[in-house]
Amino acid sequence: MRREVYKGIKDIPRQEYLAGGTGLCGGCGGLLALRLLHKALGPNVVFVNAAGCLTLLAVFPFTPFHSSWLYTAMASAPAGAQGIRDALDMLIAKGRLSAADDLKVVVVTGDGAANGIGLQATLAAIHRRLEFYYFCYDNEAFANTGFQFSPASPFGSQTGTTPVTPSTPGGTALHKQDLFKLWHAQAPAFLATVSPAYPLDLMDKVARAGRATGPKMFISLAACPPGWGVEPSDTVEVAKLAVETGVWPLKEVQDGHVVHTVIPTHFRPVEDYLQGQARYRHLFEPVRQEDILSQLQHDVDRYWAEAEAAPAGASPRAAAQA
Amino acid sequence: MTRELLTGNAAAAWGARLAEVDYLPVYPITPQTEVIETLAQWTASGAMKARLVTMDSEHSMLTAAGAAAATGARVFTASSSQGLVYGFEMLYTIAGWRVPLVLLNVSRALSAPITLEPDHNDILAARDSGFLQIHAESCQEVLDCVLMAYRLAEHPDVHLPVMVNLDGFYLSFTREPVELPALEEVRAFLPEYRPLHGFSASHGMAQGVAVLGGAGYSFFKYQMHRAAEAALTAHDAIAGEFCRHFGRCYGAVEGFRLDDAEWVIVMSNSFSTVGKAEVTRLRARGEKVGLLRLRLIRPFPNQEIEWLLGNRRAVAVIDQNISIGKGGILFTEIASALRRRTAPPLLSFIGGLGGRRFRSEEFDAILTALHAAADEGGSAEPTLLYSESEYQQVMEMLRIAHGGTDGSRA
Repeated sequence: MRREVYKGIKDIPRQEYLAGGTGLCGGCGGLLALRLLHKALGPNVVFVNAAGCLTLLAVFPFTPFHSSWLYTAMASAPAGAQGIRDALDMLIAKGRLSAADDLKVVVVTGDGAANGIGLQATLAAIHRRLEFYYFCYDNEAFANTGFQFSPASPFGSQTGTTPVTPSTPGGTALHKQDLFKLWHAQAPAFLATVSPAYPLDLMDKVARAGRATGPKMFISLAACPPGWGVEPSDTVEVAKLAVETGVWPLKEVQDGHVVHTVIPTHFRPVEDYLQGQARYRHLFEPVRQEDILSQLQHDVDRYWAEAEAAPAGASPRAAAQA
Repeated sequence: MTRELLTGNAAAAWGARLAEVDYLPVYPITPQTEVIETLAQWTASGAMKARLVTMDSEHSMLTAAGAAAATGARVFTASSSQGLVYGFEMLYTIAGWRVPLVLLNVSRALSAPITLEPDHNDILAARDSGFLQIHAESCQEVLDCVLMAYRLAEHPDVHLPVMVNLDGFYLSFTREPVELPALEEVRAFLPEYRPLHGFSASHGMAQGVAVLGGAGYSFFKYQMHRAAEAALTAHDAIAGEFCRHFGRCYGAVEGFRLDDAEWVIVMSNSFSTVGKAEVTRLRARGEKVGLLRLRLIRPFPNQEIEWLLGNRRAVAVIDQNISIGKGGILFTEIASALRRRTAPPLLSFIGGLGGRRFRSEEFDAILTALHAAADEGGSAEPTLLYSESEYQQVMEMLRIAHGGTDGSRA
């Protein structure tokens, strides 16, 4: 897909809005994506956070942001965004705040808050056409509490509450909840998946979102070194493999249709993505669990086949030719 | 100034209108709904220059209210009963943000069993949250409380949110004559809100951040407690100013025929009106009885209560709430405020649950019990007010439900 603003790596601003030295884990994929998001949004931002890993960014008396931050609760960050947006609008309308003091309101939550406890507040905010951004860092578990199953945990992965035992050899038995589809049903003004391994794709989407009025929704796959069992230095590589194997499709909704923005010319086998991660090790050792591995490959193949068969404008091929 | 017949709910809405609030996140619940319908009419017609947004739950409503107040807007919101407890997490949270908003609670008893009429288990469940609480007896007082609540919440020594309580049905839907002050008069008492800080491009702020360890947590919680203590002094000053502006004077508590009273009955909210009528009736019989009405329940006016109740012959606390397994919540609070040396014998009565009405015979019985307590001492065990006819009423319902046989199962 043709990039509009961020065409090359040199287009990414050198300006940092997120200071280093936070208490987050080394190699946090969510933090890397947030850093890129902030560069694309610019400095005038208020983040509205729900309970999760990134809550530990601002710990008294420090914050890594020049911009503003409000930690709310686990369920209601989008409602906090509503309150801030409405207050800014009213204060500006009544002349008690200058228009130059306006802020972009950005919800930041993990997949746990986004898929479950906070889903109602999110769908309601989209329904109200709230002018805000929502950035979900999807590390596919409740990672901040030590990596337990969330509705975003993938089939076949091991978490603290979907352990691998002789009677549950596959770990997680449920399939990952499709948050993209759930959000899509509410028709937000902008909706995309992103990855920190594809900074130009990520930032270009933020730029495009900025032209839309209303809810602007992002889901970023966020490799979690301690939870996924990968080296901190490998999180970008793992994120790349997720895209190259087709496991994490990079896409956005345009005119109501899902358009894939990065399409591998050659899809690598899903195993290439799984093998390096401790949360999938039981699929390979002590014996290969062929049924689960083929199911995982089948799920990816079926996803892309359905995308291929979708109406014009929605298929990967059409997008690739655009 | 005009004088109108207004329900308690309409009086509360007028309070928000005259306070010229900026923002109204709302969610309907009986018996509060008339408040938000009234405000919706005014915001839609332009009579009120505020934004009203119907949220997806009380939890979201309180989050939006707190976030807007943290941004620097003057915020009003309202709930009741199940709604209040549904949003409970956010009561503690936004109080911790130290945001000066006003939350109206229209009291209604809590499920189960699910019901509509009032008692105070909803609002009193929030007594430890950091919200200050003012409890109103009349429709006029509801309006006045809302205006004073903003002054109190926004006071630089306080900066805590305030709940104003009125009883569902008995006050929410009862029309009383209410003096509506002119907007200019209100502005002279309650000027435009000038926040100490808020979110803006020129002033970054991290709010609601985590603390690690007990030292940081205790630091902030103790600050909140000190601010609530400061609210006692601030309340007196603000109420004094209100009295000078509008001629209606309120204290942290209200004494009714207390001066020479040997026996005191403690009550709160709209049923105090019933209590006052009973006190007048008993006075006519020559009984030296008075009533103390609690208005400011957070902060709790320990010293004033000690001063007003100490050295009486006996005191009865009537709680329109029940702490299951303990008894009356306000009884416990009153007892803790009294010093051993001057404390009178104390008795606890539970009544008015789920809107249950008080009877004159019950006040007679309370007075008889007070006389006995003067000699025999008080008791921590609550007396549960209930009459034979009420019991028979329930048995009759069961009998009918069982097809005309007697109430018990065969």
